[in-house]
Amino acid sequence: MRLNKVCKSYNIGTPVEVEVLHDIDLVLQRGEFVALIGPSGSGKSTLLNIVGLLDRPTKGRLFVEGKETSKLGDAAITKLRGHSIGFVFQYHYLISAFTALENVMMPLLVEHAFPNDDMQRKARELLAQVELTPWENNLANNMSGGQQQRVAIARALAMNPALILADEPTGNLDRNSANTVFEMMQRVNQANGTTFLIVTHNMELARRCHRTIEVVDGRIVTPE
Amino acid sequence: MNRWEPFEWITAIRFLKDGRMQTIFIVAAVAIGVAVIVFMSAMLSSLQANFLKRVLTSQPHIQLISPDEVARPLRPPAPGLVVTSIIQRPAQRIRSIDQWQKIRAQLSEWPDIVTVSPTVTASALAVRGDASRSISLTGIDPEVYFKIVRIPDYIVAGRARALTEDILVGTELAKDLGLTLGDKINVTAATGSSRILTIAGIFDLGNKGANMRTTFVALRTAQALSNLVGGVTSIDLTVNDIYGAETIAQAVQAATGVEADSWIKTNAQFFTAVNAQQSSNTLIRVFVGLSVAFGIASVLVVSVIQRSKDIGILRAMGTSQGQILRVFLLQGGLLGLLGSIVGAAAGASALALWHAYMRQADGSELFPLVLEPSLFITAVLLAAATGVAAAAVPALRAAKLDPVVAIRG
Repeated sequence: MRLNKVCKSYNIGTPVEVEVLHDIDLVLQRGEFVALIGPSGSGKSTLLNIVGLLDRPTKGRLFVEGKETSKLGDAAITKLRGHSIGFVFQYHYLISAFTALENVMMPLLVEHAFPNDDMQRKARELLAQVELTPWENNLANNMSGGQQQRVAIARALAMNPALILADEPTGNLDRNSANTVFEMMQRVNQANGTTFLIVTHNMELARRCHRTIEVVDGRIVTPE
Repeated sequence: MNRWEPFEWITAIRFLKDGRMQTIFIVAAVAIGVAVIVFMSAMLSSLQANFLKRVLTSQPHIQLISPDEVARPLRPPAPGLVVTSIIQRPAQRIRSIDQWQKIRAQLSEWPDIVTVSPTVTASALAVRGDASRSISLTGIDPEVYFKIVRIPDYIVAGRARALTEDILVGTELAKDLGLTLGDKINVTAATGSSRILTIAGIFDLGNKGANMRTTFVALRTAQALSNLVGGVTSIDLTVNDIYGAETIAQAVQAATGVEADSWIKTNAQFFTAVNAQQSSNTLIRVFVGLSVAFGIASVLVVSVIQRSKDIGILRAMGTSQGQILRVFLLQGGLLGLLGSIVGAAAGASALALWHAYMRQADGSELFPLVLEPSLFITAVLLAAATGVAAAAVPALRAAKLDPVVAIRG
């Protein structure tokens, strides 16, 4: 993943146009475990959305697995995002209408259209990896915050993405649960070689990452 | 998850199940709408079919009648001479259709015509003891006439027989004159001729006036009473295509020169009533359909708002706009389909219940119920299509949601 002179502005062409990211250069190597820190409103989430192909940069270029993305259409971007990037959000965001197992299966179902045994097997393996096998048939609403976040991690891993983006994954959890979830992500990183970019305000957790990137006023202030 | 269910189907059904109360309420609303449509449509079509059957089994599809007599000046005025005159319309005598046997033979060969029945109609007085009633005397050839007007179906006592000394009378006339089967009555025609006839059968045409005045005798008897020996006053026809009767009547009139009136022309009021009923039924269907559509749309609009985070997550994990669109269109279609199945069943049950409890004064059914399978199939398919159409706007809105905005809520 490489960002080259990426800028992001809002309200373009209006008197209230504002640039929230300025000339961001960033490279994420395979297997890295990176913390993204910075004060509120500094542009962390915007940067995460751009890296996650949920938003497009106003200027600059973004390469995902060597592929330049600025000229890709919505369908191609969606496909690339589904294949290459997994997401874990602060508020878990499991789909409440589905069980834990079905939530993990969901990216595979989106990709293959019809459910099959392989999907179910894979989802079970991932739930086992995050130690939630006994809860596989529980609806999301019937699980604790920490459990839901572990389901979200398992779901993010379903497509074997090269990169997982986590937006304050422990921000809504108690200390023990936060620690469990963080360790879970570290284990996945070590076991699968999956790259993690984690937005966090928790400096203790940030220190346990391979490296830390700090964003202040839309600029990366920590040299890579 | 079933293997045969695609992603969109699974997700749509789960979303509907998850919002159980919303789903139940909107399905109930759709069901009520469809039940009203099914109830009204089935009732109106049953009423129309019944009315049509009654009309067409108690009168010919086309009737040929002798032309009116008109007064003409005896001689034209000389050129250049203006004659003022008062032309008085002559009283209409009972006259025979000229060369009716030839016309009957000609019409019997006509491919669109099924039955040809010559008749004589005259007014007369039925007398029994001191009581008398004015009647309409119809002379018929039972073999063919009963194919047009199914008198045997209306017989409540005796037989539908018309030998030369027989007469068939209605229930009201029988009651007024105290007649029972085998009784004799004196029938005196307006011409002064009279005959003693025997009651062979009593019928009920379902109309008090008709049961009071209408009587049937053999064609020869009527001819003799009305001094019309060998003649007929009208020729009654039935045709294959009842709705084409007016066109056929015009063709017959052109071919024979005898005035031909179709049942469509003589029952213009009936058609006006049918059209008015159909128009009001269509209007009700349209408005019920619109309210169903708006109901489904409003529920799905709310659902899109409620599920915006789910939509955002689905989009983040690679769900395309088309897939999201289909998930919500399917929900609309399913709501319409489910509601219409429940509504069709409820409408049919309500109609059957209504039909069972609503009876005529004598306890007989109001009219035979006609429940066409096509009505249910059409209602269900239309409701499903309405559901899909109603879901279009919310589905497009869901598909176009920016995942970042959706996740942020």
